[in-house]
Amino acid sequence: MATRRTTWTILLALLLAFAMLTAACSSDSDETGPTAASGSCDIADLNLVTAGTLTVATGEPAFPPWVGTTDGEGFDDPESQLGFEAGLVYAIAGELGFADADVVWTRIGFNEAIAPGDKPWDFNLQQYSITSERDEIVDFSSPYYVTSQALVVYPDSPYASAKTIDDLKDAILGAQIGTTSLDFIENVIKPNTEPNVYDENVDLEAAMNAGQIDGLVLDLPTGYFVTAVQVEGSIIAGQFEAEAAEPDEYGLLFAEGNPLVPCVNTALEALRSNGTLQELEDTYLTQGGGIPIITG
Amino acid sequence: MSDRSSLDEFGGGPSLLGPPHAPRGREEGTRAALIAAASTVLFVVVALWAILSSEAWPAVQNQFFNWDHFVIVFPKVLGGLWLDIKMFLFAEVVILAVALAIAIIRSLRGPAFFPLRALAVIFIDLVRGIPVILLILLLGFGIPALQLPGVPKGALFWGLTAIIISYSAYTAEVYRAGIESVHESQRMSARSLGLTQGQTLRYVLVPQAIRNVIPALLNGFVSLQKDVALVLILGIREAVREADIYAASTFNYTGYVAAALLFIAVSVPVARFTDWYTERDRQKKQSVNA
Repeated sequence: MATRRTTWTILLALLLAFAMLTAACSSDSDETGPTAASGSCDIADLNLVTAGTLTVATGEPAFPPWVGTTDGEGFDDPESQLGFEAGLVYAIAGELGFADADVVWTRIGFNEAIAPGDKPWDFNLQQYSITSERDEIVDFSSPYYVTSQALVVYPDSPYASAKTIDDLKDAILGAQIGTTSLDFIENVIKPNTEPNVYDENVDLEAAMNAGQIDGLVLDLPTGYFVTAVQVEGSIIAGQFEAEAAEPDEYGLLFAEGNPLVPCVNTALEALRSNGTLQELEDTYLTQGGGIPIITG
Repeated sequence: MSDRSSLDEFGGGPSLLGPPHAPRGREEGTRAALIAAASTVLFVVVALWAILSSEAWPAVQNQFFNWDHFVIVFPKVLGGLWLDIKMFLFAEVVILAVALAIAIIRSLRGPAFFPLRALAVIFIDLVRGIPVILLILLLGFGIPALQLPGVPKGALFWGLTAIIISYSAYTAEVYRAGIESVHESQRMSARSLGLTQGQTLRYVLVPQAIRNVIPALLNGFVSLQKDVALVLILGIREAVREADIYAASTFNYTGYVAAALLFIAVSVPVARFTDWYTERDRQKKQSVNA
């Protein structure tokens, strides 16, 4: 029957279209080594989205201790300069020669930030972990923080006293999408039930409250905030031994090929050697220590 | 009675080639098919050319149509799709039953049934007023958090419940339209033959009503096939979520394309079946009327 033939023609054409689209997929590889700049890093010479200002993107809401302090001061308000990432941005801006007032913040979701197309910001930071796969799509600065993963549970949970990764095999765990925490659950903990995956931190809390998951895995600094503010009554059961996985390094995210990267890397290097980076870490991210270690 | 079923009024109707009643012989049909094929290919080529000549195309191709990534992500998305299929098959069965019950309650005659009718109307109005995604979040995270003894906590259970509730409200209205489309004389004759209100519904109204709305019900089914994916916000790992996870960790969106292709592969057979059924039903009615 003619109808059927046409249907097949259309299907065939669609298939052909997809084949053509996928064919010859050559990804242009890039050289993104954290090379210190030799070119000019004067503000006038920088390749900026808006001349004279540093346009920085972050998530919405931007939560402590990355933006704002763990007790909630400066929550979602990067201009307060409170929080590790907010403080870092102003320090970098200072190194590059910008006045504080020249730093302009913009908000963008995790996924939009990596989609192809215009990137109306100079760089983006919302705890993006640096991986080689991602590096093919965007550019990263050299790492500004190395984190370990932590387990958050309620104190009455059987997993609150977990000592080794084997103790967690039967746990139903949750993690936020796009985080190294998720990779960590799947590749290192390998629980019997595959982890639930949520869009936002707030959904993680809701699932935790609803009793749908036994525990969350997230980076340790976020764990401080989640236990202090977001999931009432929860505790950090432990942090996972660093050797258990690849180091999880956070980097600033740039559009592929952005010439700004070496200048920012130079600024980061300066902040590392003059102790500013350590100071920010001590202020916002390292809280008393004393978190038990969960071994591999 | 008109022999044009209502679906014909949407472009195409049962045949993709043109108006179903145009007189045409076998040869003419073949010619039409050739023209249709040629113009389709032409259209696809022009569209492709427009896309491929775009400056940003290499970046888009690399992120959306990347064969290397496709090979890795396709099995994951396929695994997730199985959950979607189980969800929509189960949900559809429940929806069809629940919605019919609601529609029947809404169609009951007599003042004694007023409270039931009112409840049905309130249910339909309220549920249709709430975005599905909100209903899923409210039920999925809200009810388990109450910690009620004996009440299930599972995300899948409540996510699917939310979808069933939402779709039941819409589907009830489809059934009601079907019941109301049965001519009043049918009800009258049934009652005058001594059938009770229940028997009238059971043997006269509902069978005719359902037959009238089967294309609309199938249409709802196609829609449901995609909407079950919404439970992903509760952390459930179905096809779209698997694509999401892959995209977020690799920054590559080919998984979304894979998911779209798979959903199309599932829904096209249902769409074709709907057309086939409508066409057959039309011919049946024609022969009855002749």
